[in-house]
Amino acid sequence: MSLPFLLEIGTEEIPDWMIIPALNNLQDMFQALLDQHVLGGKVTAVDATPRRLVLRAEGLLDRQADVEELVLGPPTSVGAGAAAGFAKKMGTTADQLVTQSTAKGEYFSFAKRTQGQATSAVLARELPNLILKIQWPKTMYWNDKATRFIRPIRWLVALLGDAVVPFEIAGVKSGNITFGHRILGKPSISVTIQDFEDQLRTNGVILSANERREKIEAGISVRIKPDPDLLHTLTYITEFPTPILGSFDRSYLDLPQEVLVTVMRHHQKYLSVEDADGKLAPHFIAVMNTNADPDGLVRHGNERVLRARFNDARFFWDQDQKKALTARLEDLKTVTFQAKLGSYYDKTMRVVELVKQLGGDERAALLCKCDLTSDMVKEFTDLQGIVGGLYAQAQGEPEDVWRAIYDHYKPLSMEDQIPSTAAGRILSLADKYDTLVECLKVGMTPTGSRDPFGLRRAAQGIVRIIVEGRVTSAPPLEGEFLRDRVEYYFRDVRGFAYDEVRACMAAGWADLLELETRLVRVQAVRLTPDFEPIAASFKRIKNILKQAQFSDSTFHANLLEPGPERDLYEAILGTQGQPLESRIGPLRPKVDLFFDKVLVNAPDPNIRLNRLALLHNLLTEFSDLADFSEIVTERQS
Amino acid sequence: MSTPLTFQETVLRLKQYWSDRGCILQEPYDVEVGAGTMAPETFLRVLGPQPYSVAYVQPSRRPADGRYGDNPNRLYKHQQLQVILKPAPTDVIDQYLGSLKAIGIDLSKHDIKFEEDNWEAPTLGAWGIGWQVMLDGLEISQFTYFQQCGGFELDLVPAELTYGLERIVAFLQNVDSVYDIEWTRGVQYRTVRHLEEYEFSKYNFELADVGMLWQLFDLHEKECQRLLKMPDTVLPAYDQVLKCSHVFNLLDSRGAISVTERVGVIGRVRKLALGVATAWMKRNEAAA
Repeated sequence: MSLPFLLEIGTEEIPDWMIIPALNNLQDMFQALLDQHVLGGKVTAVDATPRRLVLRAEGLLDRQADVEELVLGPPTSVGAGAAAGFAKKMGTTADQLVTQSTAKGEYFSFAKRTQGQATSAVLARELPNLILKIQWPKTMYWNDKATRFIRPIRWLVALLGDAVVPFEIAGVKSGNITFGHRILGKPSISVTIQDFEDQLRTNGVILSANERREKIEAGISVRIKPDPDLLHTLTYITEFPTPILGSFDRSYLDLPQEVLVTVMRHHQKYLSVEDADGKLAPHFIAVMNTNADPDGLVRHGNERVLRARFNDARFFWDQDQKKALTARLEDLKTVTFQAKLGSYYDKTMRVVELVKQLGGDERAALLCKCDLTSDMVKEFTDLQGIVGGLYAQAQGEPEDVWRAIYDHYKPLSMEDQIPSTAAGRILSLADKYDTLVECLKVGMTPTGSRDPFGLRRAAQGIVRIIVEGRVTSAPPLEGEFLRDRVEYYFRDVRGFAYDEVRACMAAGWADLLELETRLVRVQAVRLTPDFEPIAASFKRIKNILKQAQFSDSTFHANLLEPGPERDLYEAILGTQGQPLESRIGPLRPKVDLFFDKVLVNAPDPNIRLNRLALLHNLLTEFSDLADFSEIVTERQS
Repeated sequence: MSTPLTFQETVLRLKQYWSDRGCILQEPYDVEVGAGTMAPETFLRVLGPQPYSVAYVQPSRRPADGRYGDNPNRLYKHQQLQVILKPAPTDVIDQYLGSLKAIGIDLSKHDIKFEEDNWEAPTLGAWGIGWQVMLDGLEISQFTYFQQCGGFELDLVPAELTYGLERIVAFLQNVDSVYDIEWTRGVQYRTVRHLEEYEFSKYNFELADVGMLWQLFDLHEKECQRLLKMPDTVLPAYDQVLKCSHVFNLLDSRGAISVTERVGVIGRVRKLALGVATAWMKRNEAAA
């Protein structure tokens, strides 16, 4: 018999951004549970709203198959008494035993049959643990301290076919009772596997996130600024989303668009509306978690909140203009950068110095953090830098200066662009470099997912700005942390093979532009037929030198024997000064022949040492380009 | 639509509502605090194994938020209705929604959402998990399940509900400035509170004597430390913590705390708060 299964974990509102990873985790663990306990069946669907995680599976057995195994007892030679003892231990009688021949002789044995358990019993036993093992970024307890989840669990639906799988978590018993939308639905609705989604729908809950997203999109009839992340959030903070169009007074459009969009997006979760030319229009889309706004109260309420927010922003703007950015520099002494690293004033002075060394715009560096004391940034922290840039512009600073300030937090993510001007790139680079170096200096190295100062992002920004911005005057790059980011960038972002990245970085990575050039060359030369064999030989050479504990030794050409050894030497000599690309072809057969015919470990220690020196010289020939022994080859010798 | 409630009617309705659900009604604590959470009715009562449910309006002073009475939404002192339900009942959210109905909000005509917003007060060694409650895009409440307070993991998890009364009433009365709220029929919030906002903004930002404040801080700190060494003085010791905390906020709004000092001063307040919590817990255990 094959049964369907339904699990619904009913909770209080789960943060939207945690839902998808949790669903994936639940799906994987439940499938593993079915497989481990041989219950048959496959997870067919997972879905969620803020108040419920739902999993469906099909094709479960109603019980595990019985298992028969042959248990070996005492040898038949020991007689009936031992047989009876064994039978008793197996819970049977001696006449049920059989004789089994083995290489060591004949043994009493018993075909022990373990009855499969009912699926429902296995699930009832395993589900509480499984549910509580779902991984969340931060959990809480609400009933007993040992039971932790993302938010309190308030109901559990667990059905195998028509029957409830009975278990309990923190005082909540599983059943067939679900809860509808807080306002549109009823509490306590009894459901079956078949009518579950329909019952939810009748009670104001659209279980499918895709359907909710489509409902939002279908309900928008104006042109919006595309914002997939916000749309995702809106999909997962609602059980029954309905978009509404609101408006604000055109006069607010005098405020910088960045400010308006930030207020709408980050603070109110509104989608911005654009006119036919792509310019911001005096409207917004809010997404309600209900079905309608019959009296326009929701629209009115949202418009009122937005008006207050925009008024604040306008007030902040006017207020902030009363004190120029330059006059705010002193105030940075009271703004903490980091407890161990002093104030933003201290940081500013370091960044100014660095920007000076790198040939950037010192004025921009001096003013870049001054917006931190503005009311606008205190209220809308996401706008740091941008506000400073806008204020600098309004206060008559040259374009080079205000643009550099405006851009200097960029890139904020892998997708974000690097600063648009040279001065902006230098300033951003210097700021991030200072943050990184200073934080690492006081031991604030990120661990695991903890990176409170965004050092990974800073390091990634440094790498991208240098490489993509073609910055030739970069500060010195060193240390394991930065090295990892460089490796990550070229490998995962730029798509170079990991061994090429390692090989090239082994030859140095302080100059990222030069590293990039080498990577491009190595990538190209790798496609030629002689490359892999020679790389394999290089690996071999490295091993030989290592085993021989070769440090350094003068090479004497006169000690070379004629034949493959001298041939190799002459091939090296003959191609010296040529680029790698044209040396590999002539060198490869000579190297192969050398290893075929020449014994490195010659009985005469002088010859041996000289051969090692020859190989060492060969290896160092290309060492400023890459360490080819890092290349992973088919022919590992 | 019926006439919206006045400020004081809203307070009365909410108090009645929570009184009907078994809460002790307390009056505001009479030492300056930055939030209802800091009143001993919350900070101390959430500790230990005894159930306790209480509601009170707490005038909350945040010197740096003052705007001389010029800003329609920002206040140096605002009124919070604070509700502690310890332990949190399983239908706590429904109870909360019921309280909104009690003040005349027809939820079928509005949009209500619970958006992630965890709360943390490092100075109190306290944190919790919860939401900001959004009504038609307006944050009207903070809803928190306390997890830790005074550095102690809590035996019974309380739900803390805080209502931003000015915001809620401005919403109910559909006015854009809190000063236009009708406090009681014919009397505006402006009449009752504007002068206070103006004068205290002036004091907090311009006039407070920094030297004296530092002295006060030291004195209250010493007094707290002294009391913590004695038996049966946990509550008086906690008053001294609150005094320190308020003095710290004043110094902050005067721009008198440098970066290097800041961390140290916060650490001092925190140490006192944790000391009080420890003393409270010890007494609890002794009584058990």
